[in-house]
Amino acid sequence: MGAGHAHRLYRHGHSPVHALPPHTKLAAVFAFVVVVVSTPREAMWAFGLYAVLLGLVAYAARVPAAFLLRRLLIEIPFVAFAVLMPFVAEGEQVTVLGVQLSLNGLWGAWNVLAKGTLGVAASVLLAATTELRELLLGLQRLRLPPLLVQIASFMIRYGDVITDEMRRMRIARESRGFEARGVRHWGVLAKSAGALFIRSYERGERVHLAMVSRGYAGSMPVIDEVTASRAQWSYALALPSAALVVCLLGWTL
Amino acid sequence: MHVPDGFIDAPISAATAVVAAGAIAVSLRGARRELDERTAPLAGLVAAFIFAVQMLNFPVAAGTSGHLLGGALAAILVGPYTGVLCVSVVLLMQGILFADGGLTALGVNITDMAITTTVVAYAVFRGLVKVLPRTRRSVTAASFTAALLSVPAAALVFTLLYSLGGTTDVSLSKVATAMIGVHVLIGIGEAAITALTVGAVIAVRPDLVYGARGLEQRLKLRVNGELVDAAPQLAPVHTSHRKVWLTGLAASLLLAGFVSFYASSNPDGLEKVAADHGIDRKAKEHASADSPLADYGVRDVEDTRLSGGLAGVIGVGVTVVAGTGVFWAVRKRRNTSQVA
Repeated sequence: MGAGHAHRLYRHGHSPVHALPPHTKLAAVFAFVVVVVSTPREAMWAFGLYAVLLGLVAYAARVPAAFLLRRLLIEIPFVAFAVLMPFVAEGEQVTVLGVQLSLNGLWGAWNVLAKGTLGVAASVLLAATTELRELLLGLQRLRLPPLLVQIASFMIRYGDVITDEMRRMRIARESRGFEARGVRHWGVLAKSAGALFIRSYERGERVHLAMVSRGYAGSMPVIDEVTASRAQWSYALALPSAALVVCLLGWTL
Repeated sequence: MHVPDGFIDAPISAATAVVAAGAIAVSLRGARRELDERTAPLAGLVAAFIFAVQMLNFPVAAGTSGHLLGGALAAILVGPYTGVLCVSVVLLMQGILFADGGLTALGVNITDMAITTTVVAYAVFRGLVKVLPRTRRSVTAASFTAALLSVPAAALVFTLLYSLGGTTDVSLSKVATAMIGVHVLIGIGEAAITALTVGAVIAVRPDLVYGARGLEQRLKLRVNGELVDAAPQLAPVHTSHRKVWLTGLAASLLLAGFVSFYASSNPDGLEKVAADHGIDRKAKEHASADSPLADYGVRDVEDTRLSGGLAGVIGVGVTVVAGTGVFWAVRKRRNTSQVA
């Protein structure tokens, strides 16, 4: 389970951001997003400054801009939603290029776009600089219930296995001439899903037996306790603190 | 339906986060009862399954396709507690790793997509299985209905959260029509696929389907030409009402104390109609109008919102005490009458 199991979103590197303990990074990203969400939407320049802050972090983490932008594509459904908003919202209307738009809708669209994009960018940076196992350790360190962390770690570890199993089933279907074209083929796909569930569940039972035979009694031993020095904390919290200053300026100005 | 950051305002996000945390805490204990020490590996693998099956595309027609949401399926296959846990873990990992759904909106997403879908689906499923004949086909039919209702229910909860803390100015009726309209359609697809999948699992391993437990035919022995039950029935398990009671109390306190912050300060429909038509001119002030809690506010507390919330909490407290008193008295009388 060592090499080759790093997720696709992770970018291997040795930057100072990579080296930070995971729980400080998680706390920093979470605090940053909270600050961004509580900024008034009228303070447009504040969101520009947030973007600059994230850019600095990306620079420090040596994450290329193209990588970051490509990963931002995940929010396209919401961009579509936000673009619709000025047309359906009520309130004061303005005419832009001969089209009636709602002023409130424009603000709302801006609000969702700006905050959503910054949130996605922060999460992408976190995932790009933190390994999965470290993320889970960080979550545990942040006092998430251990059972929840265990479930999450099993999900992450076996996610690829189960997905590969699904891929093999698809190849098996296709090599027998099956092509899903419409509602009539749902039965076959649902049978695949059912078989996938049975295989997952039975794999879970085997995993459990293997664990029991190695001395598992309901809780995982914590081998590598991650700790953070004060310097590391202050380094990680520099991002949300800077954001907080911007946010306060945004409220007062 | 993953809600991004900044779509729902901060207080409602925080409130839903509290609700989600509470529900996950309850589910952790419940799942341990459903799966004992096998919880971690089994729930983890089922979460991986849900994650994978969400990527399985079901073609609808002419190039469009949909995918399963999985809340109803998880509840029926592995039980409501484990189901809530699995879907919540999937959402958590999607939020942290794949930036799918905002981190601050995690509470909203879990409340909406993990808790609402599984709880509604399981409640409907259980109810139907009780009513319908004890056959495999009725399990499939019940899962169809459960999944069909769970998706619009989630859309309804989303609309409710939006009406409480939406940051945009789209009118509520438009959001409700769009959300519920679209999700009724999605619900039909979800229902068909869930029912087919449950049917496929039941055909092979009926013992794995949590919702179909107790449906298997009891083992019979033929003794002297007559069929007799092989194993004696298990003693009924004693269940405690304390958890239900505590959860209900917490929910009412939360609603009364916190959500009433955001409740409309306009008069309710009846009061408004009364005011508009001058009916209330005749109405006398209620006898307790000058009690310290009159008109849902605590006297001498200046802030109207705080005062409303406080009044709500006090009201819940009084109701609980009174209700418990009545219940206790009735039970005591019943006990004594049984003795006599």
